[in-house]
Amino acid sequence: MSETPLRPTSWHEWLVAEAPQSRLQARFGRWYANWLALKRNPLAVSGLLIVVVLFLMAVFAPWMTDKSPYDQMLTERLQPPSAQHWFGTDELGRDIFTRIIYGSRITLLVVFLVSAIVLPIGLIVGTIAGYFGGWLDTILMRVTDIFLAFPRLVMALAFAAALGPGIENAVVAISITAWPPYARLARAETMTLRGRDFILAARMQGASATRILWSHIMPLCLPSVIVRLTLDMAGIILIAAGLGFLGLGAQPPSPEWGLMVSSGRSYLLDQWWVATIPGLAIFIVSFGFNLLGDGLRDVFDPRSQ
Amino acid sequence: MTTTPAKPPAGVRRSRASAFAWHFIRLISTLALTFLGLTIVTFCIGRVIPIDPVIAVVGDRASPEAYERVRMELGLDLPLYQQYWNYLIKLLHGDLGIAVLTARPVLEDLMRVFPATLELATVAIIMGVCFGVPIGVLAATNQGRWPDHLIRLVGLVGYSMPVFWLGLVGLLVFYNTLDWVSGPGRVDVYYEDVVQPVTGMLLIDSLLAGDTGVFWNAVSHIILPAAILGYLSLAYIARMTRSFMLGQLHQEYILTAQVKGLSRSRVVWRHALPNIMVPLITVVALSYGYLLEGAVLTETVFAWPGLGRYITSALFNADMNAVLGGTLIVGTVFIGLNLLSDLAYYLVDPRAR
Repeated sequence: MSETPLRPTSWHEWLVAEAPQSRLQARFGRWYANWLALKRNPLAVSGLLIVVVLFLMAVFAPWMTDKSPYDQMLTERLQPPSAQHWFGTDELGRDIFTRIIYGSRITLLVVFLVSAIVLPIGLIVGTIAGYFGGWLDTILMRVTDIFLAFPRLVMALAFAAALGPGIENAVVAISITAWPPYARLARAETMTLRGRDFILAARMQGASATRILWSHIMPLCLPSVIVRLTLDMAGIILIAAGLGFLGLGAQPPSPEWGLMVSSGRSYLLDQWWVATIPGLAIFIVSFGFNLLGDGLRDVFDPRSQ
Repeated sequence: MTTTPAKPPAGVRRSRASAFAWHFIRLISTLALTFLGLTIVTFCIGRVIPIDPVIAVVGDRASPEAYERVRMELGLDLPLYQQYWNYLIKLLHGDLGIAVLTARPVLEDLMRVFPATLELATVAIIMGVCFGVPIGVLAATNQGRWPDHLIRLVGLVGYSMPVFWLGLVGLLVFYNTLDWVSGPGRVDVYYEDVVQPVTGMLLIDSLLAGDTGVFWNAVSHIILPAAILGYLSLAYIARMTRSFMLGQLHQEYILTAQVKGLSRSRVVWRHALPNIMVPLITVVALSYGYLLEGAVLTETVFAWPGLGRYITSALFNADMNAVLGGTLIVGTVFIGLNLLSDLAYYLVDPRAR
């Protein structure tokens, strides 16, 4: 007895314990195992790093630069990159570095809002269809399939045109076209869960359908849905930037990256930095989300290997 | 005594034919339903636009009587389901309304611009397949080694690329700096309208007319936008080829073939590849659809007079008939591609029957 210590000696041991003493320990232990698996993949870690830097940029924007993203200095138009203006200045003499920093806020806002709209819709539609089955399932999945068959960008374009240009409407337009895969995914997960013993036990104890869906099925659908969402982030960012580039997303003078590429287009041949640097930012961020999502999928879904 | 291969009894054959018919009918009804959904969505978009169609006709100084009269003429006083019904009937007669910008029927406009997009997407998909499939096979046969990692990275870069930006950088490098390709547009100005349009696809038309000057000029214009679109589809095609190929390479018939002494390349290309053709067809059809979509942004960058540019320029003139008509066409092509890939699946793969 004296050989087995009652209390683990380090955090690591506590986290990797074979027999967790509490729910909390089990949960943290699982997260820790996932983290260790993710850490083994250098690409996924660099993806995570890019996403973290994006977050930091968005949060600490005013501390990272002393300029304003809107201040025009017409005497310093189209300056090449220099010590004073790291990424140069645009056609109105605004500092591009500053605008990139502040633009990260818009990118993150779009990603956050689209997720906040798409996740609940997908989860609710999918779990209801999967849990109840029958005609409700048929109808909901028909509607999902119809939306799934639409070309995303063109649909978002048409919606954005109907609702009017603007970042909020772009978010709505992207969300309308983005939710169906999540409903499909949540439905598939629910179908495998609904016949399990613990669901039957809950039902026999008198739990309502709402309770079963909300507190038993949805939490178990979350991991696969979130992995899918991470992989989709890049697509969302690209569509938002594309709408901005076409003039249907964020409006001037917003420092949205797609819009910045679009306004730098006229100066492309002589002042390359105005259009190319914001585009590079879009690429790096969506690349980061893709790397992270790819790594997460390997961790959570070993079948894909 | 010779054994003749046993013919399947007539009943079996008939039931197979009827199974196919049944499958086909179900497929068609699903697609019809999807198309109906598409029209409902475009109808709703047309209704929620903030522009009052009546005021667009009579102007904002019209008397209430005139306003009311035009409203009735446009059928806007009818209940919504009846308005939708009228819309649907008009659609099925090919009436998509009149485009404000060109003052011509939208369908006519779309027929004129669609071949340009089709040409671009087709050249792109050919590039995507020609490079994507071998790359995917290479990744699968080198699973876990550096070619696999490199190809995975190239694919992820493709997924993360803002296509409009890649187009601009491509123009900057290959047109402006290196001068390897021609700039925006389909042909140089002095080659425009030289050949008689037959198919509307310049590459084919110029060959039909025997005008190699136009042909090579058109090639130098299409190569960059098509390569950029092709890269995007390459990423998807290579990734899917890799995973299909891995599924085959782990099967026992591959091992058998290798044990019998066949070379590695013969096993891969002659034994495994035919078996992944079927899912690959679906992937190619799907990425063809995505290319039509990607063309919207590429065409804007390259001033390519196709469907994407038509839709975007209509957007800025608040020409909703043209926008919705274009959306409907792209959606219909999408649905049609789904149908084709499903049919191909059914016809090529005996297991699907």
